[in-house]
Amino acid sequence: MNAVIISSRQKPFVLALLGLGLVLPFAIYPVFLMKGLCFGLFAAAFNLLLGYVGLLSFGHAMFFGWSAYITAHAAKEWGLTPELAILAGVALATLLGLVVGWLAIRRQGIYFAMITLALAQLMYFVAVQAPFTHGEDGIQGVPRGRLFGLIDLGDTLTMYYFVFAVFVASLLFLYRVVNSPFGQILKAIRDNEPRAISLGYEVTRYKLIAFVISAAFAGLAGSLKSLVFQLASLADVNWHISGEVVLMTLLGGVGTVLGPTVGGFLVVAIQDYFAGIGSLVIIIQGIIFVVCVLLFRSGMIGVLTPWLKRRGING
Amino acid sequence: MVMKRLLLGAAALALSAGMAQAQYSDNKVKIGILTDLSGTYSDLAGKGTIVAAQMAIDDFGGKLNGQPIELISADHQNKADIASGIARKWYDTEGVDAIAELVTTAAAIAVREVSKEKGKIDLVSGAASTPLTNDKCSATGFHWTYDTYAMAVGTGDAVVKNGGKTWFFLTADYAFGHNLQAQTERVVKANGGTVKGSVKHPFPNADFSSFLLQAQASGAQIIGLANAGADTINAIKQAKEFGITQGGQQLAGLLVFITDVHSLGLENAQGMMLTTGFYWDMDDQTRAWSKRWSEKMGGGKMPSMVHAGTYSQVLHYLKAAAAAKTDDGVKVADEMRKLPISDFFAKNGKIRADGRMVHDMYLAQVKKPSESKGPWDYYKIVRTIPGDEAYQPLSESTCPLVKK
Repeated sequence: MNAVIISSRQKPFVLALLGLGLVLPFAIYPVFLMKGLCFGLFAAAFNLLLGYVGLLSFGHAMFFGWSAYITAHAAKEWGLTPELAILAGVALATLLGLVVGWLAIRRQGIYFAMITLALAQLMYFVAVQAPFTHGEDGIQGVPRGRLFGLIDLGDTLTMYYFVFAVFVASLLFLYRVVNSPFGQILKAIRDNEPRAISLGYEVTRYKLIAFVISAAFAGLAGSLKSLVFQLASLADVNWHISGEVVLMTLLGGVGTVLGPTVGGFLVVAIQDYFAGIGSLVIIIQGIIFVVCVLLFRSGMIGVLTPWLKRRGING
Repeated sequence: MVMKRLLLGAAALALSAGMAQAQYSDNKVKIGILTDLSGTYSDLAGKGTIVAAQMAIDDFGGKLNGQPIELISADHQNKADIASGIARKWYDTEGVDAIAELVTTAAAIAVREVSKEKGKIDLVSGAASTPLTNDKCSATGFHWTYDTYAMAVGTGDAVVKNGGKTWFFLTADYAFGHNLQAQTERVVKANGGTVKGSVKHPFPNADFSSFLLQAQASGAQIIGLANAGADTINAIKQAKEFGITQGGQQLAGLLVFITDVHSLGLENAQGMMLTTGFYWDMDDQTRAWSKRWSEKMGGGKMPSMVHAGTYSQVLHYLKAAAAAKTDDGVKVADEMRKLPISDFFAKNGKIRADGRMVHDMYLAQVKKPSESKGPWDYYKIVRTIPGDEAYQPLSESTCPLVKK
């Protein structure tokens, strides 16, 4: 698979990043890294829609949060092993993605965003009321359990490598999707939908598939997060999260593979390291966003892309 | 000979240094204040609790058996996930030994879970819900200032005995609101009152008109407000605008802080019955402490029970850590349960097996504007509710730590 998607000139770059991911937990607090990876994956899933199909969903929190709830519930109440709990969460997110996508892709632009937002709010209030979510308290004290019944994820470092492995595999998959004939068609739809239709592509079907893939990976990110923090709460389904993922994607760079991850880490870092100064966090986040939009409109990785391209690396 | 003594001395020194390290992790005692610094509850908790905790550390002398005491703080924004993340980070990387304050039940429970897992101490002052000392109880977790049970026993009981027999509840639609309503309903029914109905409103909410009209139509004598902070304030103000209070129905705020009364103004709040764990103008000790706190806050404010409770819990933690000669969570928690609590906040406090700090509560009535002699002179203390009556009996607790 490597041969198909990663050129020989990219290899050292990719290997260096992988190596960095492996040693980083010894230098930086692993739980913070895991949070960054989860949100990075979430943003990468979101980016598949926004960056490659040009669809701005404003309801991705519903996949992220609901998957987190299902995983937490499955691990805590049903006693499933973590991989099965995650699968349960992702399955629900995929199903939700299918239903929501099927409804929403019939409209475009602001209407598409509004439909996704409305459905996400609907699912938010279901989460508020459903007894198994425990309302405002959330599902707390979720056991991380043993992976495949063997590997104890209670250890922070073990958990980190598990999250990192899932993250890398997911990102490779998303990269593969984008750089496939399927991905080419998605980009064609993004750039000129009528032309794609006139070429004979069934645009709605492609959009729906992309939407479902995006929802599934958003769900995967939510599931991982609920195991990392041993908690699934209303905050994960709140529309703030839908907004934050847009912010992460834009900061890092829309339509780049690594951009959303960088954006995810950046936003998580702002929230974590500035938590001590209270309400100013939101203001700082806003200022950084404004500065980014003004100075590098294509996001952090987007700005680096020409430089990387010269070295034969696709950002 | 001299050499031998020198060696002995050096060995003794090395040993004592080693012991000190074993007793106090990172050679310091570190307390974290995790609270709402920016949202709905930042007034009744917030910055004031950091000031209160610092006062407790200063009053203790700033050092614990020679080890420095440090204080850090952060804003959990009333969100469980942020609270849990910060608590985990503090325990893992900052060497925090105990986390205090913890307003908002969801955040408190999130920190409780992390603390339990790590064997560290959590001291809850601002959060209200009873699960903290029931199914979510922990050997190293404490609930200090008040809870929904005590609120119901105080306010609910007093209102029914004053003739408020029929009730209608206006309830914040989340775990805390449901908990407060259930506790109050229990007290109302036990005293021979009836509940005519209830309506749930979203949290937080600004427009109460439709809910208040339902409450009005119910014809109940008492409209019980099972909510807190800005929601309670808005509901009371709007009830007045609708003429509900003038029409003969009474409002009962089931969780009202002095900061809420201050926001409402005596004109709007007069006559209201409420339950509190602390009032600044009780005696010389409370007045002296409150004055000091007020000066540190820049003046013009008086502490809520959450502020005073935070001081009390941090001071008690330090006393216990000094007595136990360690900052090991489980050992200090045992010591905390043994030591009685006696300070300006709690005169005869004691900690039970479920982590509940039992102390006297006070039933207060808000003064009329004509009765108030100055700023923050708001309450008449009607009755002192003995701790054993105010809090849920241990026999009813579902906490697994309680031996039955």
